Amino acid sequence: MTRPKPEDDEYWNSSKFSAFTFDDEDDEFTKMKESKRAVNSMLVDDDDDDDDVEKVSWSGEPIGSISWSVKETASSIRSSGEQSFPKIDITPSLPKQGSGYSLSSLFKGKQQVICCSGLAKDYMSDWSPEETVRRMRKGKVFSLERFRSLQEKLLLLDEAVSENDGNVITAVLIYLKKSLSKEILFRELMLREIALRHYVHYLKEMGEQKLLVELMKALGRTDDMALMQYKEHLNIKDEGQRRDFLKNCLSLPFSQDDAIHVQDHYTLLERQIIIEANDKRGDAEIFKKFPRKASILNMPIITTLYYSCFYHYGESDVSTLTISEKQYILTALGARAKLKSWFDVDSLFNTKNWLGYTKKRSPIGFHRVVDILQKNNAPVQVLQEYMNLIDDPELKLSLAQKYKCHDIVIDTYRDLKDRQQLIVYRGKVERGSKEDKKIEELLCNMVRGTLGQYSFVNHHAHCQTLVRGV
Amino acid sequence: MAHTGRRDAPELPDFSLLKRLARDQLIYLLEQLPGKKDLFIDADLMSLLDRIANVTTLKQHEVDKLYKVELKPIVSTSDQLCFLIRPRIQTVKWIADIVNSDKASGRFRRYKIIFTPQKFYACETVLEEQGVYGDVTTDEWAFYLLPLDDDIISLELPEFFRDNFLEGDQRWVTTAGSALRLVYSLYGPFSKVYGIGRCAKMVYESWRDQVEDGEQKARQPEIGNVFLIDRDVDFVTPLCSQVVYEGLVDDIFRIKCGSVEFGPEVTSSDKSLKVMVNSQDKVFNEIRNEHFSNVFGFLSQKARNLQTAYDKRRGMDIQQMKTFVSEELKGLKQEHRLLSLHIGASECIMKKKTKQDFQELLKTEHSLLEGFEVRECISFIEEHINRQISMIDSLRLLCLLSITENGESYKTSSYGIEHLLTFANLKQIGLLVEQQPGETLTVMESKVGKLVNDKTAGKLTDAFSSLAKKSNFRALSKRLVLIPKSGEEYDLRVPRDMAYIFSGAYIPLSCKLIEQVLERDGWTGLEEVTRMLNGHEFAVTVDQTQIKTDPQRIILVMFLGGCTYSEISALRFLGREKGYKFIVLTTAITNSARLLEALLDNHA
Repeated sequence: MTRPKPEDDEYWNSSKFSAFTFDDEDDEFTKMKESKRAVNSMLVDDDDDDDDVEKVSWSGEPIGSISWSVKETASSIRSSGEQSFPKIDITPSLPKQGSGYSLSSLFKGKQQVICCSGLAKDYMSDWSPEETVRRMRKGKVFSLERFRSLQEKLLLLDEAVSENDGNVITAVLIYLKKSLSKEILFRELMLREIALRHYVHYLKEMGEQKLLVELMKALGRTDDMALMQYKEHLNIKDEGQRRDFLKNCLSLPFSQDDAIHVQDHYTLLERQIIIEANDKRGDAEIFKKFPRKASILNMPIITTLYYSCFYHYGESDVSTLTISEKQYILTALGARAKLKSWFDVDSLFNTKNWLGYTKKRSPIGFHRVVDILQKNNAPVQVLQEYMNLIDDPELKLSLAQKYKCHDIVIDTYRDLKDRQQLIVYRGKVERGSKEDKKIEELLCNMVRGTLGQYSFVNHHAHCQTLVRGV
Repeated sequence: MAHTGRRDAPELPDFSLLKRLARDQLIYLLEQLPGKKDLFIDADLMSLLDRIANVTTLKQHEVDKLYKVELKPIVSTSDQLCFLIRPRIQTVKWIADIVNSDKASGRFRRYKIIFTPQKFYACETVLEEQGVYGDVTTDEWAFYLLPLDDDIISLELPEFFRDNFLEGDQRWVTTAGSALRLVYSLYGPFSKVYGIGRCAKMVYESWRDQVEDGEQKARQPEIGNVFLIDRDVDFVTPLCSQVVYEGLVDDIFRIKCGSVEFGPEVTSSDKSLKVMVNSQDKVFNEIRNEHFSNVFGFLSQKARNLQTAYDKRRGMDIQQMKTFVSEELKGLKQEHRLLSLHIGASECIMKKKTKQDFQELLKTEHSLLEGFEVRECISFIEEHINRQISMIDSLRLLCLLSITENGESYKTSSYGIEHLLTFANLKQIGLLVEQQPGETLTVMESKVGKLVNDKTAGKLTDAFSSLAKKSNFRALSKRLVLIPKSGEEYDLRVPRDMAYIFSGAYIPLSCKLIEQVLERDGWTGLEEVTRMLNGHEFAVTVDQTQIKTDPQRIILVMFLGGCTYSEISALRFLGREKGYKFIVLTTAITNSARLLEALLDNHA
């Protein structure tokens, strides 16, 4: 036989490494050798007991089957290559000849098919669920084929679950999936939460959407089933098809909250498709002035709202979507401010009371309104108008200072009768400007008006300051 | 910088061996496919590979061309294809497609898949089902542990978090057990193992089984005690904004496998720069654990010192100058380079944080942690959402609100549409807590309970109680005193407890648990706390022969599901205070953004 000697399947654990006769001069390999020795000394496995009897692959591939012979072919093709790596043949040949040892079996990995026919069954039948799971966990040869009765299958599954090894649990589930009808499997999984979750995850990863939906349905988890079906829309590229798909989703048994969102999602996409069809050409004046950066399709709801407020203010009707008043105001404000439509901004906040007086009212704090306006470079007059609507004087003051609305700062200090601050603030405005004069005037008025409250000395000091200031 | 810590802290073991082991094993595997071959590498393995080998190493072992796995048709003309991948079904399907299309066009090649750190049966089944089992050989590259720094080792398995905690798939339990076993064989034996969390317990058991199967050679232990903790024991900490330098760098620039890419805005040139951020970087090493408010002061002091050192040149004679150039200049230049980099990074951080109203964001977070002015917090969050500032930040705040207020939830329609599936995930994993009507569960439980025997019924109750997971953050916080008394001045330059990593507002729950258990040598006295954390705590003496020796004070903390740089900083602080040395072993480094992104389901 020219086939290389079978390797011990626990390469790292084998002792033959000591006989390694590769070019020792090579530095790289000397180091490698050292490390390997270290590995050798740390991973000791006691596992040479019954590997000499070869069985069937873990997936229960019977010996002599096509896939087995394909493997045989593959390994004989490989063998020419294998020889170039030094072989250390000190291990006496175990009764494993003619095996389909794959390269991977060199490593302590999960085992491949290695077989010497009929004998196997006898040995296998000794394997209890415990022993089988133990072997699977260690990556040794095993067979699941002998677990034929439902009870045995379930014992096997429960054993896998009790060992906490997800890899093995899934392997058993794959076997059960092949060998049990789905009704039976579903029924049993219903009582086994941990196994069930592994199964669900496996189906998700395999993309077995249909089976997954059936499973959820069988479990009575209709919310989850609906969500799972809904999730499919992410895979649909064409927006028309996506819309139709969402429309079909509407009848799925969603939870109450979810149902609203899915309805919104459908409505939104439907509207986006209409808008997109109209705007794609970009004929209208506004598109030439402010060209669109991207298509509106599949954009989030707020982005869509912003878009509508920007390009289609007053035309499009967004009321069917679930948007809070706050969200609407914030978005519309941003869009109209960006276009510097101060009139629209103004009317956003206008409310009429029963006497017909107009009053400014906002569901978001006016300080936020000011923030947004400022970020959109609103002129000072506009800023001041909204700043004045802020109730909290401290907040108003700090914003006014931040955005240099001098009039408001000055008026606030005036109202607070804070001379000291006015004097300080005077240092911050331009000498001789309108504001400067206003402060001067105020200070003098205040001095006169509140003379009684100040001692003469103070007054004197202030006047001196004033004089020096001028 | 200000921390000197206790002098008697023990030395850390040397982890560089881990890299060498991994590299040698990879080389060995490549040798198994002799001759020229093209190598396809999973995108998320590339940085990892960079840490232990380079292209030359690969070329030396006859790797011809390198490709990134992109799940698209390939262009390779090589006769041998090697795939270095994580064990994912999708990738294996792609490989099976390649093989089948080669077959269809009559092309003959050899294929080898190297799974790392291990293969899964499910992946092999795909090969079998696609009819290519045997055409493709498979191997395992048991690369579990990547040392990111002197005291950080990572499994670099970010998917551990979602797979385990969201999907309930325990496929990585054995992997984590094997990783721990590797540490044990090289640096053990351990004397005690503590832990909390369902997964922690399973990993402990897997480790124990593996150890029992092998034998441990008697050796001088380099690691004394081990603490295993599940990420879902403490979701609050990773949801908080990080304000310690290393954490901030991670939040803003994203540290990947211990390296970070600073863009032009940091390097103040037109080029980006990739640098390693670890203890080798002397400047970084001094500021990594500092609260950000101290960093500028430190850096400018450092800059002044540097200037003085440069200035020494003035008035030197030739001989002195020669010595200066040969001995000092290189070091100074190096320091100069690092300093300017971190100054650039700090400025960039400042700029970005100012832009997003960071101060207000932090105030909200702190109020939520404290349970103070919750109404204001809610309206801040609401506005944050409405203004669409940052989706991840909004989700983060929502989760924080929900956990700290136990079920307080703000229904948000504007996120509803895009995040219907994400919200379902957040609820499932317990980041969004719903006020569970207790009866519903009990009814369901008894209904199902009747159908099964007692053993299974017990397990069911377990499963249901984890479903009904409640957050007891407020009560936990009170009992463990996680929130330092407000009103007192907190000097961030001289931290007095681990709360400094969150500006003195909150001691991370995870780290506090570790502190308490180490102090008490077990869970005694923490019964109420573990009850509120859904139990699954344990403390096991593994090796009684060890008496009070140095290694006893070297503690390995294993985070299952990821840990943040802030937590590492907190543990370093704790170590300095108590004379411990902590080694962090984590499935991956995480932060709030990674945590939430792992749960997003708004794309195909």
